[in-house]
Amino acid sequence: MMGLTFWFRRFSENNAVAGLARLDAIQLQQMLRTGQISSLELVDALLEQYAAWEPRVGAFLNFRADQARDQARELDRRRSAGADLGLLAGLPVSVKDILCTVDYPTTCGSRMLRDYHSPFDATVVARIRDAGGIVFGKTNLDEFAMGSSTENSALAVTRNPWNTEHVPGGSSGGGAASVSAGICPLAIGTDTGGSIRQPAAFCGISGLKPTYGRVSRYGLVAFASSLDQAGPMARSVPELALLLEAIAGHDPRDATSAPNEVPSYSHTIAEPLRGLRIGIVPDHFDAGLDAEVDAAVREALGAFRARGATVREIELPASRQAIATYYVIAPCEASSNLARYDGVHFGHRSTERDRTDESPLARLYCRSRAEGLGAEVKRRIMLGTYALSSGYYEAYYLQAMRVRRLIRDELLAAFQSVDVIVGPTTPAPAYRLGEKANDPLSMYLEDLYTVSANLAGIPALSVPCGLSRSGLPIGLQIQAAPFAEELLLRAGAMYQQVTDWHQRRPAA
Amino acid sequence: MALEREDVRRIAELARLELSSDELATLTSELIQIVDYVQQLRSIKTEGVVPLAHALDLANVFRDDCLAPGLPREAALSNAPKHDGAYFLVPAVLGE
Repeated sequence: MMGLTFWFRRFSENNAVAGLARLDAIQLQQMLRTGQISSLELVDALLEQYAAWEPRVGAFLNFRADQARDQARELDRRRSAGADLGLLAGLPVSVKDILCTVDYPTTCGSRMLRDYHSPFDATVVARIRDAGGIVFGKTNLDEFAMGSSTENSALAVTRNPWNTEHVPGGSSGGGAASVSAGICPLAIGTDTGGSIRQPAAFCGISGLKPTYGRVSRYGLVAFASSLDQAGPMARSVPELALLLEAIAGHDPRDATSAPNEVPSYSHTIAEPLRGLRIGIVPDHFDAGLDAEVDAAVREALGAFRARGATVREIELPASRQAIATYYVIAPCEASSNLARYDGVHFGHRSTERDRTDESPLARLYCRSRAEGLGAEVKRRIMLGTYALSSGYYEAYYLQAMRVRRLIRDELLAAFQSVDVIVGPTTPAPAYRLGEKANDPLSMYLEDLYTVSANLAGIPALSVPCGLSRSGLPIGLQIQAAPFAEELLLRAGAMYQQVTDWHQRRPAA
Repeated sequence: MALEREDVRRIAELARLELSSDELATLTSELIQIVDYVQQLRSIKTEGVVPLAHALDLANVFRDDCLAPGLPREAALSNAPKHDGAYFLVPAVLGE
């Protein structure tokens, strides 16, 4: 604590703003608790960080400084009145703009919902507020979370803070950029096929996709309901543990949320793991893997070994079908979920009128959807509609669900002999804006390491494990058995105790 | 059995999407490419494998059937493109 105080004072003399933005959520919480700083001072410091970075990275779709300051003032008032403010007391959290919020629009990055104001908060958002967290803006994303670069947002462009010529990843690209740029310590993302882990890897931060059902999906606008899961993003793994603890748990409003008890992730996080059994999959290191990513992952495995972990190879042959399986199941579910955007109850309605039309209502649906939805969303709706249509359902959707079981069973069997599976999060570091925008299949193939966890419903973590020669971050993926978040987070924290990749920051 | 432009037009009708002829052309070639890739699933032996729709082992989730407040009408209508205070309004379906 002395060291921290000294460090803060040193900065407060000449550069208090940059000083606070460099501290992690756990250090900030300590300073808030002991009265060294107020919530309002913290928010004001982060607002300066916002002013410096946001014009360059474009992490946010909607941001209300006054609202954040009001919430901070209210928290300061309650704190001084002696109230117990909860796990996230005074900590700003950016929220991906696919989670419903009563005090911000919820656009999903789509023209369809550009003006949509939810009448309720998502459970994740309500829990952040209940835990004393401050909703710090709504972050950009690929439209309806469909994409891996945030380039599919219909509303804004987000850039990678490490190199603004490059994508931040996606679909939670805005959230990853907001943390990476030091605008806020914590972010909520969602992950349907890698959308928390891949942008975390591209932006040099940590991100966790929890077990399916660990976090309520109530108020998370549905893309693929059997795969979607919200989760925490932050610089370090202990911060993820803190945010997960605040948002996890059963919710009567989501019948697919799990009744399992929520462990106190933030308390057990520092306990080292003895004799951690690591599995690596030879397929993950084949010719498609960038040499620098390969080297960084092998070095990370060395760091685990040095802490007593054992590493063995495991084969996951069914997982070779993961991309094909995912790109049948996810579009099928999407085509069904997105049928609700018809221009009738909410969202964009076409104003075009054709008096000669025989079926004006059908025409209203078709026109409103044509105008409101972007190219990638249309592509997936079309793909899903095709795979579910009569004559193709058995060959595609049913077959994909069978292969999904093979993939899940194979992973569950692997966790009988290893505690975690470690490998790269992405085949290569962040690519340039526009580089893959016109080649959907090659964009889909980028997800090859991440989609299995969604299909199997298991938790998976990405932590920074290196920088490329060109200065772009590299991510390490760690996967574990269902509901083994405690073990997974401790493994990640153990790695971060002996490495400092998560403390590197993009140049100001 | 490659997808053809006419198939794509039919799928667009099912999906209630109006597509321009440019979009139709682009989507036809993209869907051919993607469907060609996912064809690999058909070579996997899955006899006797029960389809997995959902990764979590939850079944028959029940709750008590009790009264609780729902969304007030005003809130439910607040995002409607067109309404009359009680109902959502759409173009006349049966002529005027």
